[in-house]
Amino acid sequence: MTVLYLILFLLGAGLIACLVERVNVNAPRWISLVAFIIATIWTVGIWLGGVDPATGFYVAGELSWIPALGINVILKVDGLSLMLVGLTTLLGVIAVVSSWSEINVSRGFFQFNILWVMAGVVGVFCAYDLFLFFFFWEVMLIPMYFLIAIWGHEDRSYAAMKFFLFTQVSGLLMLVAIIGLVWLNYANTGVITFSYDELLNVELSDTVGSLLMLGFFIAFITKLPSVPVHTWLPDAHTQAPTAGSVILAGILLKTGGYGLIRFTVPLFEEASRDFAFVAMLLGVISILYGGYMAYSQSDFKRLVAYSSIAHMGFILVGVYAFNELGMQGAIVTMIAHGFSTAALFMMAGSLQERLHTREMGEMGGLWVKAPRMGAMTMFFVIASVGMPGLGNFIGEFLVLVGAFKVNVPLTVLATIGIVVAAVYGLSLMQRSFQGTPNPQVATMQDFGFREMSVYAIMIVALVWIGVYPQHVLDLAQPTLDALGIAL
Amino acid sequence: MTLADLWVSFPLVVLVGGTLILMIGVSIVRTHKLALGLTLLTLVLSLAAHDLALENIPAGGYELFGLLNVSGVQVFFNALFLLGAIVTALFAYPYFNERLERCEEFYILLLTATAGAMVVAAATHFASFILGLEILSISLYAMIAYPRQSHQPLEAAAKYLVLSAVASSAILMGMALIYAASGTMAFAELTLSPESGERSYFLLGQALICVGIAFKLSLVPFHMWTPDVYQGAPAVVTGYVATVSKGAVIALLIRYVQATDVLSYDGVFYAVVFVAVASMIVGNLLALLQTNVKRLLAYSSIAHLGYLLIAVLVVNSARPELVMETILLYVAAYFMITLAAFGIVNLTSEHETEDNEQLEAYTGLFWRNPLLASILTAVALALAGIPLTVGFIAKFYVFAAGVEGAAWALIWALLIGSAIGVFYYLRLIYTMVKEVQPGATALPRIGTQSVVAVTVLGILIVVLGVYPTPMIDMIRSIVQASGF
Repeated sequence: MTVLYLILFLLGAGLIACLVERVNVNAPRWISLVAFIIATIWTVGIWLGGVDPATGFYVAGELSWIPALGINVILKVDGLSLMLVGLTTLLGVIAVVSSWSEINVSRGFFQFNILWVMAGVVGVFCAYDLFLFFFFWEVMLIPMYFLIAIWGHEDRSYAAMKFFLFTQVSGLLMLVAIIGLVWLNYANTGVITFSYDELLNVELSDTVGSLLMLGFFIAFITKLPSVPVHTWLPDAHTQAPTAGSVILAGILLKTGGYGLIRFTVPLFEEASRDFAFVAMLLGVISILYGGYMAYSQSDFKRLVAYSSIAHMGFILVGVYAFNELGMQGAIVTMIAHGFSTAALFMMAGSLQERLHTREMGEMGGLWVKAPRMGAMTMFFVIASVGMPGLGNFIGEFLVLVGAFKVNVPLTVLATIGIVVAAVYGLSLMQRSFQGTPNPQVATMQDFGFREMSVYAIMIVALVWIGVYPQHVLDLAQPTLDALGIAL
Repeated sequence: MTLADLWVSFPLVVLVGGTLILMIGVSIVRTHKLALGLTLLTLVLSLAAHDLALENIPAGGYELFGLLNVSGVQVFFNALFLLGAIVTALFAYPYFNERLERCEEFYILLLTATAGAMVVAAATHFASFILGLEILSISLYAMIAYPRQSHQPLEAAAKYLVLSAVASSAILMGMALIYAASGTMAFAELTLSPESGERSYFLLGQALICVGIAFKLSLVPFHMWTPDVYQGAPAVVTGYVATVSKGAVIALLIRYVQATDVLSYDGVFYAVVFVAVASMIVGNLLALLQTNVKRLLAYSSIAHLGYLLIAVLVVNSARPELVMETILLYVAAYFMITLAAFGIVNLTSEHETEDNEQLEAYTGLFWRNPLLASILTAVALALAGIPLTVGFIAKFYVFAAGVEGAAWALIWALLIGSAIGVFYYLRLIYTMVKEVQPGATALPRIGTQSVVAVTVLGILIVVLGVYPTPMIDMIRSIVQASGF
């Protein structure tokens, strides 16, 4: 039950952070930071503990919850879950540091929400009971809603509402699909169970399988997000406070990709195969549309938000290529994008804190004033563009190789997306940090030790994945083998 | 009358006896505290008497005088009514103490209304049905109008009186028609023999009874009274109307549907489907437009009754035990959530003459009174059916019943309704987290007992949402013991 303890630990830390604000207004952020560092070390500990040969998982545990409905707390960690949990806790540290001096109102409740979102996300990544999964899926929504609605920027009410509505409604579709699947299994076997492992064996007819698959698929691509259900993302990202954007882009989007890999594809293999072309097409449209929209933005944060849509399109293409390379590529992209986008959103936050604007028209030539910020932006823009040697390249390259075997025209179109990425990435760089210095920006404080240390972590992570991706690939391989689909 | 008869009817006897004592007591000494104490004592004793009653109830229920049938399900409903009445009494004390000189009669009405609700829930015969319904309704008219020097409650009571009387007469007319067709008034014998030539009488009678019930449950298109009455009545009474009076009619409805199999007539079935879908959609859409919290809750309750109808509608296509479990669980959850909601409306307005019901009045409540705001947040999330709250478990059961009964059209309506619902529940939450307006009045000091009651409800909403097993197990054993 290690994972349950980890989740409870985060929830508990959230409560303490919320209550301790009365004693000392700065204490909550320290508690939150320490909690995430402990959680990260904890995750590394789970990794070092190795796979338990008896179960095939790093840790696994089961606890009775609602026996009347066959619902149990089943939490297991395999390689894929482990990487994503590690990403979650590490980005937790980064999110806390990135909003270190940004939040001035109700700091305790702010940290409470961050810790509770992360607890929900850890649950999502480890749940092997569909009811529990749905429970965590919805639980992570509410604190995220508060993060945007309370500490967001000028248009926060609208953005928070849109975010919640999209996720909630698509989540309800998934709930109906879950219940449909469970009751179908009940009709076949006479047992009501929400256990993932048991539901893998449900025999589905073509129509029913497709309908249930769509319920899951829509929920996950809404979160991912993919065209045409992406419209919540630019608003939510732009309006969220820095930590909120980091969490949204870094982790919450990954729950969509994770859901596709863990649930949609294995539970409905036949239906997913039939649907693969449509899914890949949606992915390619997302890549091109996201890139096109990113290029036409003048708002730093909005540009990065649209670029996320483009990058997430690669995940859709990779997963639905239905081969090992594509799937591996999707997983690597998830991890690498988590770091590169988190870094860019942090940069947007830092710029807004200093300049009180996100408009690139009001920036220009900032490199002269803040060379460290410029260098960092340059690095992560290049990473995000897909420069070989950095993590994002590996992910997108594998996706394209995987997709090439399946559908050449779509792959060619997706590859054009990388060119578009270079265009909007470099234009971001030029418009904000290069060119003529904007006379209205008199001075700007450069990054200090706190910021640089966080960026250092992310640089190390991206270079590590980029130069030696074998670690990630090895971790993900058993998961792909265990999915039970012929890749 | 046997001894077992006495034990089974004992809760009702205690309740009526307590009412008489209170009536006499109030005419001798007028003390608000004493009246409250006697009321609570009566309600608690009646609750305790159910324990005795349960020992004498066989599976399938105990037949009382040919008019009532008490089974575990009825005991469950009765317990909910009594608990609802206890919470209402606790809310009422500080509320009326501030505003009125004479408030003792309110408790008499509360007890008679609860007795009426218990009779309705146990009715198996038209006579007991209409008798209980009238005891309940007439008490409610007076309860709604109780702050008699204010304008709004009187208006609300008059509206409720007129419209409710129309509904009652529809029910009576329906009963007469059905009696003409079938020659009986007991639910279990109300079947239409195939060769009977009175089919049109029978179906018209069923339709009229359905109209009456739909009115009492405030289902679209018979919902017009709801927002006005909810808004006009004092928050304490609104909470009671929304829970106990509707709960009683739901208990009756499910028994009526099961005993008479009225939903097997296509015409009736599709009419009820229409009513359910219309309630879910119209209720939620109109709730969107409200800026008054009481009216918002009124429309939201219309939608919730529509959700609940899904469980009633699949009575012939899903397993009966699942249908029963869903209804009991949903009603229990709905009681907790609704009572907590009106409790908070009541608490935030205790020291003012008018209820604090405009949405703006809740601006920044999160920073002014974190406790109440957290509870209201839990309530709003529960009404929206979001996990961590008991509202999710209830909605989950409705989904399950709908899927098992293959009622896909109803599930779509539920999905659309929930999606619209999220919007205005979130708006309520957003209003609470907004910054406090400069010059906002400080919240009044609040009566401790009501705060405790609301807090307990709030904790129940969350705890049973996270760990519903005790509640589900209890309901399941009741349903099984009642022979479903």
